[in-house]
Amino acid sequence: MKMSNEDELSQHFEITGRDFSNAGKASTSIKEILQEIGIDSSITVRASIAAYEAEMNVVMYAKKGVLTLNITPEKLRLKLEDEGPGIGDIEMAMQEGFSTATDEMREMGFGAGMGLPNIKKNADRFEISSTPGIGTSLDITFCLSQTEKK
Amino acid sequence: MTLKEIKKLLNAEIIIGEDCLDVEIEFAGGSDLMSDVLAFGKPGILLLTGLSNAQSVRTANIIDARAVVYVRGKKPDKVGIEIAREKGIPLLSTQHMMYTACGLLFSHGLPGVSGLSYKK
Repeated sequence: MKMSNEDELSQHFEITGRDFSNAGKASTSIKEILQEIGIDSSITVRASIAAYEAEMNVVMYAKKGVLTLNITPEKLRLKLEDEGPGIGDIEMAMQEGFSTATDEMREMGFGAGMGLPNIKKNADRFEISSTPGIGTSLDITFCLSQTEKK
Repeated sequence: MTLKEIKKLLNAEIIIGEDCLDVEIEFAGGSDLMSDVLAFGKPGILLLTGLSNAQSVRTANIIDARAVVYVRGKKPDKVGIEIAREKGIPLLSTQHMMYTACGLLFSHGLPGVSGLSYKK
């Protein structure tokens, strides 16, 4: 765990596309960290869900990705950068139920088209950008102090 | 409803968590789709599922599920059992199918995630 200074914590998690056997490991570690440092339990669950959904998206669709957890006294931030096919129509991808999942992904219990909308639902702030053929970036923020509330 | 009562109602086998039978369960939800569980599950849920890969246990851990019941006689793989042991998540397995297992629990007073409960 890298401590940038006394008040900031950050850690990177590498995620490999198609590696279904390890899918969810990064999010499980993130949840452990949040519990360890005493983040409020409801925020811990919301952030863990968002991390898990983001991680599963990389495993299912991308070649690889890096999920970065950054925590300051004011906010908890999850940044995901992946290398993959990207998303052509973000508006469509944000609709519940829209999915391009394969049968293999559905057999894993995923690919119902709920991932991105669920990340947005759980986050206090959510930004997504994507370049088809290059990859997708997610910036997911959870407020830890009242002054940071949206 | 305690896990012990749930075990009896579903004639279930304990895969892991023999020492957790006194755990109180307040509500339950059933799905094979982890996407739905992540979207609609709530901390404390008893998750009923027919999905037996490690993702079922990882999902249960992420949403703070209290326990998992595998339906149709399914059991999680070794990785799933190991995660459950590490995280202290009791796992049970029943021969009942999803509909029957959920129906048995609901009709004996265990509400769903929304709080809706059985009225005679």
